[in-house]
Amino acid sequence: MSAAAVRIRDLKRTFTLKGVLNGVDLDIAPGEFVALLGRSGSGKSTLLRALAGIDHEAQGTGEIALPPRIAVIFQDARLLPWMRVLDNVTLGLPAGARGRAAQALEEVGLAGRERSWPHELSGGEQQRVALARALVREPALLLADEPFGALDALTRIQMHDLLRRLSERHKPAVLLVTHDIDEAIALADRIIMLDDGRIASDLRVADARGDLRATLLAQLGVG
Amino acid sequence: MNAISGDIIPAPPALAPAAQRPPLGPGTPSRQGHLLGPGLLLLYWAVLSATGWLDPRTLPAPWTAITTGVELVREGRLQANLAVSAARAASGLLVGGVAGVLLAFLSGLSLLGGYVIDGIVQLKRGIPILAIIPFMILWFGIGEPMKVAVIAVAAFFPIYIQTHSALRSIDLRYVELAETLGLSRPQFLRRIVIPGALPGFLLGLRFGATAAWLALVVVEQLNASSGIGYMVTLARNYAQTDVMLVGLVVYALLGFATDSAIRWAERRLLTWRRTLGR
Repeated sequence: MSAAAVRIRDLKRTFTLKGVLNGVDLDIAPGEFVALLGRSGSGKSTLLRALAGIDHEAQGTGEIALPPRIAVIFQDARLLPWMRVLDNVTLGLPAGARGRAAQALEEVGLAGRERSWPHELSGGEQQRVALARALVREPALLLADEPFGALDALTRIQMHDLLRRLSERHKPAVLLVTHDIDEAIALADRIIMLDDGRIASDLRVADARGDLRATLLAQLGVG
Repeated sequence: MNAISGDIIPAPPALAPAAQRPPLGPGTPSRQGHLLGPGLLLLYWAVLSATGWLDPRTLPAPWTAITTGVELVREGRLQANLAVSAARAASGLLVGGVAGVLLAFLSGLSLLGGYVIDGIVQLKRGIPILAIIPFMILWFGIGEPMKVAVIAVAAFFPIYIQTHSALRSIDLRYVELAETLGLSRPQFLRRIVIPGALPGFLLGLRFGATAAWLALVVVEQLNASSGIGYMVTLARNYAQTDVMLVGLVVYALLGFATDSAIRWAERRLLTWRRTLGR
């Protein structure tokens, strides 16, 4: 992999209370879909927050090289309740972005909902607005922190399909933090297991032999 | 009872109309419901006055207040005094409100500002407004500036406190969002901080307006030659209980009208908060 989208070298993070990274090295190629698995407390959210640049409360060392355009999707849709859907999508963008934003809403299946208030949408629809807000920024790297964790099982499956289609079309590098092995297998090209702040395993889904699910479960200490 | 022998299927229970449990909540509120209490009070007052149980020297009858009010309007005294009072309250509210919002932003958005300003405000909060009037007279004299200053101080505190607390309780998740979206500081203020603090500010404005009217009553009875308070004080000197009563009613109506106006603005500005009740 010559020009990596993401390069991380010897990343360490400590908090007074929670989450620790003990020297993480990771490269993500452009357009590569990486799922980050791990037990709670393994440091997966800490890694994502470090990449997103919102870990002000952490102390740490190490090097991170990131593409200029990054978008983040959180577990909650995190829409501003006082802005209509379209304004949430264009938040922070120049005035000319409204046409692109309407297009992004159409892509996530919310055409015609531009003027709705966030509270008028279901949980799945709100998360789709968050997806449109990320897409319209044309990110080279999409960071997603358990984005479907709060959705019901059916909506989650629909969102998996949507995210897979959109990432194939727009080709951002994706780092998806999840605790759901099936989600990781369904979506990712590569699955990284984080344990105790270190990368414990790094598997390509296409190369996996045998029962990938069982292997991953065993690594998580289940089954 | 089924007569066929060997029938062991029990008869289904007879269908009865589903018993509807009375709801535990208070039920659907009526829009005019709030008028019931004042209406009953008015009725009670009218009955006491009509039957002569209530001496007009203690409290005049409601209709006396109305006729006196009409009389005062015809003479032009009521409007003139009302205009003066409203201008005083409005300018005090404006000065206090602007100061309250500015200082709330300074202390809510910067740590140093918080340490300096909020400490002082919390200290001053314990002093009743009446206690500072002697100093206000010393600093501003006994004319109009003193009156506006006292009203401004009274209106400042609720506006500052509510706005400040709204700013401090803006969800950190939105701050994170702003960082990941790369918002500039002005964009962050305009899109997140100001709309987030608006409900708190409007609540403070309602309290501030009430405080302004209260302070107005006090300063207009101190040294004034115009205004509703002056009209009431003058009437007290001549034992004109009906004019005093009109003054009270006017104060009540003014307070109510101001509060309604701010609540109207609230509904217009905070449409996003309205849910299903459209």
